[in-house]
Amino acid sequence: MKVRLTCSVNQEPVDVLVDDYKTLLEVLREDLQLTGTKHGCELGECGACAVLVDGSPVLSCLVLAVESAGRRITTVEGLAADGRLHPLQECFADLGASQCGYCTPGILITAKALLDAEPNPSRERICEALSGNLCRCTGYLQIVEAVEAALRLGAASKQRQPLLAQSEPGAGQ
Amino acid sequence: MRLPGFRYRAPRTIEDAAAWLAEQPADSMLLAGGTDLLPNMKRRQQTPSTIIGLSGIGALAEIRNGDGLTIGAGVTLSNLVADPRIRTSYAGLWQAAAQVATPHLRNMGTIGGNVCLDTRCTYYDQNYEWRKSIDFCMKRDGKTCWVATSSPKCLAVSSTDTAPMLQALDASVTLVSAGGARVLPIADLFANDGMHYLTRQRDEILASIAVPALDGWRSAYWKLRRRGAFDFPVASAAVAARLDGRRVVDARIVLGAVSSRPLSADRAVAQLLGQELTDDLIASAGAAAAEIAKPMDNTDFELVWRKKMVRALVSAALHEIRGDDMRARRLQLARQEMLSMPASTSAAR
Amino acid sequence: MTPRRIIGQPRRRVDGRAKVTGQTRFADDIILPRMLHCRLLRSTHPHARIVSIDTGKAEQLDGVHLVLTGESFPIAYGILPVSHDEHALCRDKVRFVGDPVAAVIARDEVTAESAVNLIDVVYGPLRTFAEPAESLAHDEPRIHDYGDHGNVHKAVSLQFGDVDAAMAAADHVFDDVFFFEGNTHLPIEQHASVAVKDPDGKLVIYTSTQTPHYLHRALAKALAMPAAHIRVVATPNGGGFGGKSDPFNHELVVAKAAMLLDRPVKICLNREEVFYCHRGRHPVTMRFRTGVTRDGKITALDLQTLLDGGSYGSYGVASTFYTGALQTVTYDIPRYRFRGCRVFTNKPPCGPKRGHGTPQSRFGQEVQLDKIAEHLKRDPAGLRLGMIAPPDSLTANYLRVGTIGLAECITKVVERSNWKDKFRKLPLGRGVGLACSSYLSGAGMPINWNDLPHSGVQLKLDRSGGVTVFCGATEIGQGSDDVLVGIVAEVLGIDPFDVRAVTGDTDLTPVDLGSYSSRVTLMMGNAAIQAAERARAIVAGPVAAKLGVPADRLVFADRRVFDSEQPDRSVTFQEAVCIAEARVGTIGTTGSYTPPKAAGHFKGGGVGPSPTYSYTAAVVEVDVDAETGWITVPRVWIAHDIGCALNPTLVRGQVEGSVYMGLGEALMEEQAFRRLPPRLSSALVHKFPSMLEYKSPTSLDMPEIVTDLIEHPDPRGPFGAKEVGQGPLLPIMPAVANAVYDAVGVRVDQIPVSPEKILRALQAKAAGKPARVGPASFPDVAWPEPLLVTPPHEGGDGRASNEPDRRLRRKAEAGVEATAGVRS
Ligand SMILES: Cc1cc2nc3c(=O)[nH]c(=O)nc-3n(C[C@H](O)[C@H](O)[C@H](O)COP(=O)(O)OP(=O)(O)OC[C@H]3O[C@@H](n4cnc5c(N)ncnc54)[C@H](O)[C@@H]3O)c2cc1C
Ligand code: SF4
Ligand code: FES
Ligand code: FES
Repeated sequence: MKVRLTCSVNQEPVDVLVDDYKTLLEVLREDLQLTGTKHGCELGECGACAVLVDGSPVLSCLVLAVESAGRRITTVEGLAADGRLHPLQECFADLGASQCGYCTPGILITAKALLDAEPNPSRERICEALSGNLCRCTGYLQIVEAVEAALRLGAASKQRQPLLAQSEPGAGQ
Repeated sequence: MRLPGFRYRAPRTIEDAAAWLAEQPADSMLLAGGTDLLPNMKRRQQTPSTIIGLSGIGALAEIRNGDGLTIGAGVTLSNLVADPRIRTSYAGLWQAAAQVATPHLRNMGTIGGNVCLDTRCTYYDQNYEWRKSIDFCMKRDGKTCWVATSSPKCLAVSSTDTAPMLQALDASVTLVSAGGARVLPIADLFANDGMHYLTRQRDEILASIAVPALDGWRSAYWKLRRRGAFDFPVASAAVAARLDGRRVVDARIVLGAVSSRPLSADRAVAQLLGQELTDDLIASAGAAAAEIAKPMDNTDFELVWRKKMVRALVSAALHEIRGDDMRARRLQLARQEMLSMPASTSAAR
Repeated sequence: MTPRRIIGQPRRRVDGRAKVTGQTRFADDIILPRMLHCRLLRSTHPHARIVSIDTGKAEQLDGVHLVLTGESFPIAYGILPVSHDEHALCRDKVRFVGDPVAAVIARDEVTAESAVNLIDVVYGPLRTFAEPAESLAHDEPRIHDYGDHGNVHKAVSLQFGDVDAAMAAADHVFDDVFFFEGNTHLPIEQHASVAVKDPDGKLVIYTSTQTPHYLHRALAKALAMPAAHIRVVATPNGGGFGGKSDPFNHELVVAKAAMLLDRPVKICLNREEVFYCHRGRHPVTMRFRTGVTRDGKITALDLQTLLDGGSYGSYGVASTFYTGALQTVTYDIPRYRFRGCRVFTNKPPCGPKRGHGTPQSRFGQEVQLDKIAEHLKRDPAGLRLGMIAPPDSLTANYLRVGTIGLAECITKVVERSNWKDKFRKLPLGRGVGLACSSYLSGAGMPINWNDLPHSGVQLKLDRSGGVTVFCGATEIGQGSDDVLVGIVAEVLGIDPFDVRAVTGDTDLTPVDLGSYSSRVTLMMGNAAIQAAERARAIVAGPVAAKLGVPADRLVFADRRVFDSEQPDRSVTFQEAVCIAEARVGTIGTTGSYTPPKAAGHFKGGGVGPSPTYSYTAAVVEVDVDAETGWITVPRVWIAHDIGCALNPTLVRGQVEGSVYMGLGEALMEEQAFRRLPPRLSSALVHKFPSMLEYKSPTSLDMPEIVTDLIEHPDPRGPFGAKEVGQGPLLPIMPAVANAVYDAVGVRVDQIPVSPEKILRALQAKAAGKPARVGPASFPDVAWPEPLLVTPPHEGGDGRASNEPDRRLRRKAEAGVEATAGVRS
């Protein structure tokens, strides 16, 4: 059976009819064709499907679509703004934090929530915040370093506009 | 992996929820954070025809002061961990909640769902096809318990982190049904049966958990799991005690994940009462506690070793309560620095 | 020579932006109009005859378009020509729980799943084999009706020189048995494929494969279609690690279904199914007998390995040889006997995982060396420094070694870790361990023996000033697109952003054999250099004429072409291309790479040769609680002989990723199985096919890692580069075990080194028993007579003295293969 879902995704209103058994993950990927959000287990065991619901990172494979009504959802597609990548994206791309890239959307989203909530997290805190996102490629080190670099870049960009001189390769280095 | 079909209903009040639950108690299930129920449904371990979603009931999501604290069943573990009252007054509960699963799952999962968490078993927490390959088991769709084939009952493991600690803190729970409410000690909510692990009636809703004001009590929670995140406990020690200097005035020790329910280690407690908390006493209480642990071969790690670890966990908790600096040890086991608290705050006031 | 602008600089990888914006299109991200969905019915029996399959009810279900069974797939396939033992869907028997039996294609996944549950299969159970010992003990029933005999898939035996004499002459002979448990790749991406009949009526499949070329061949064979009418597009892989290198059942099924239905058909496996695809690390029992002189030189090695292959051949024959191939490349071993045996069992097939067949025996060798050092009272680092294989030499088993940076690697990690102050000096419970390794930079022999290039690159330059580079190589996260683009940009003196890469597409790109055996950087890189240098030469001629300077004085850099002696005489790169295009016409070049021929001409000599080998040394520090055995790893120092780091950011990522994966294997990862009590049930199942219970380290489980790169360019590699994707994983497991010994004085001769095992060893030690956990003995295997090959330094010519005429046989094999490849 189809049910109606209205919510906001990446700051745009969404109003769709979806199968009632679907998870938020399935609706994002299949009904909204926002395939940036990934999945590695569909059981809450890997973190690849993380999205922000009302600003807080959750696993979209374990959220009922019907329970997302009225919520504010942010996916990796919503990280860049005004034609510019988010500092986290710049730093992940520059510093090797994304190898195969499959865990990357979930990790970026989780890191964004951390940086939004805490101005200056320690390395331990970053590791802890990302501990629900498995990555099989990097060994996590370059990921943590990229989050730290984004902290610095974000702080710098708040003082100095425009955000980044250029959004081409190498801008974050 | 797709969810099976279901009817979804979203009450705004506990009363509505209770009334709807009463309509079809056998086929309905409550959904809080969904982090336990939804994986189970995807694996076809639980297949309710109606889901009653509790997330819209604001009253369930509050933490209220009173004589102690009353925690709504719908409070997420993240909100629980973020509440300064928990961290300062109920250190063990904070440590337990902060070690559940992962940050994302704590953002979603509730304390009510954690207390009511389905028991776990590596023969049961599997896809339908896998379970078909072993011809199912007693807990769902089958006859035999593969963990102990002669066992008349299911031996699935109570794997909740907060319940043992809540029991050690002498919490009580309020259950609400269409017929009214009842309050019982949390210890009485659990039954030592992997299938019927809660004494909750099918039409009852866990509304809140009350932890008493524990003046002068200290608490600590030590959890064994393979990795620094994700993993359910495969053994844990929840200890609360009131000390006079180093003398134990009162204490409770509850073991997690070594039985189908949180297990009170009364013999170990008896050893402690009235005694100086010396290294020797701690060691012997740890050993006494480990004796009652009945780990089975249905979780991660070898069961003999898990039983041995119970002793180490109980001892570590007692050392921490005594005020020893356990940070290095905790970091080694839990791999998270923030779980360690300076000795001064590990006390409850 | 102008200084390099791109090679050697840490750079954003070319696909970095796509990955951080979620725009990288993985196979499951492809959504096509009219697309249908496929689910597979998998066997619930470990070993059984298929008595009957009734698909009637499934076909009746509304929304079901097609139900397929083994009947539709009469032709067998497999990755190695010697073991074409797979069918897309099982035909007459099933061999493990998870073996695909039927497929449903339906309007959506839910419908397909419901239909799958309506299929009735009647099975006739057969005896099951869970352990190699059982497969060795019982010849019947056979899991396959091919193989050496009974349930032995392959037993090989090679001898290089008189090993027994060398053992007898040695001052010490060390004899140790080890066990390495199986584990799996666990890529975060679940395998997915979308197949389409294109508007011309040809087959296209988009799929998460590391080896589009081999899938191309398998599809042609198994579906009996001309290869020219099949297009395989390898989508970027969300992690591979070797687990997406076989042609898979689901790929053949959706391909067939799309052709039958003329609609796009998608499948995405769930995590449990990924565990069933497996092709991961073989569980290996091994016995090392090593003769050593008083002063710490190896005189001979006698190695036996027993591999639990699971239920199909996969790469297994190669894996078997690999367990014995690389010991001699690391250390000077003048005489060598290797005997390896792979058996079939009723478990998902094992295959190539990062390090393919070599980590298991690397573990045994490096732990044994630690024991040897202890016995000889030598420092383990010093002992190894004294026995490193000589560079530019031919080993006893005919592997041609290039440059060797192992001594520098050892020296580096010893210095960085403060080894001298730590080894045997840390307090009880803390310890350090050292181990080394080497690995191929690409397999010297292709899977299907022929004389064709292993990698091809094409370049297109046009008047836009942009360059497009085409190569069959597959991006699995390792950064092959970046290597390709970086090399072309460097040679042509343009920015990587000016280059577009088209890769992994059998219609559009020249063949590259695939992302396995750490071959891509070296082979594709050399081909890319050749193509780019040819393009540069084509452009240089006309530009030199125009500028009136000799062509060999032209420099291509900074998007310009200029005279090195008068740099202001220049044109932009775009102008240069236009000048050349006007003169010579449309500009395109090709480059290709074929590795040198193997030096060994005996059967098995094809496994192990490589253009050059990488080397690694690592020191691991552990913390062990002597009371409980609980173990953590706070720090790792690693040095890797990379030759030249093309993009240091990526190289570091490969090293750290290898350390990570190595620690997972060392401490926790296990592909474990469970049998129920036999009197009640014949079940034999994967113990926990889930990401939660198959333990892989999280961010909180990772140590500090100090990485050093040793850069002595090897002339055989592009800009001197060697491999980095696999080698750095190998020393981690033995270094952990050696560190445990340093910390608490017990030997865990078995991977994973779990706390339970450490505690068991500690208890044995306390009880006065040998302070060790590990296998007691090596099983009895009926070994074939060894092929006798005289080592090169004893005057051998690379042939076995007792092998029937090999050249004739090989010609016959090659002939069969060649026809299989082109025939429809
Ligand atoms: C990968 C993974 C790792 C995990 N690790 C841990 C761990 O380490 N420790 C741990 O304790 N848990 C762990 N969990 C389980 C789970 O996330 C937590 O226990 C969580 O707190 C459950 O809460 P929930 O709100 O999501 O429960 P739900 O899934 O919503 O509910 C769980 C059960 O409780 C019932 N229920 C919920 N609310 C009520 C109520 N108010 N009244 C009556 N019944 C109710 C539901 O019907 C259901 O049977 C893990 C889960 C996953 C997927
Ligand atoms: S303990 Fe026995 S009955 Fe219970 S879930 Fe496990 S196998 Fe099934
Ligand atoms: S897909 Fe949601 S946690 Fe793995
Ligand atoms: S980059 Fe591949 S899984 Fe993280």
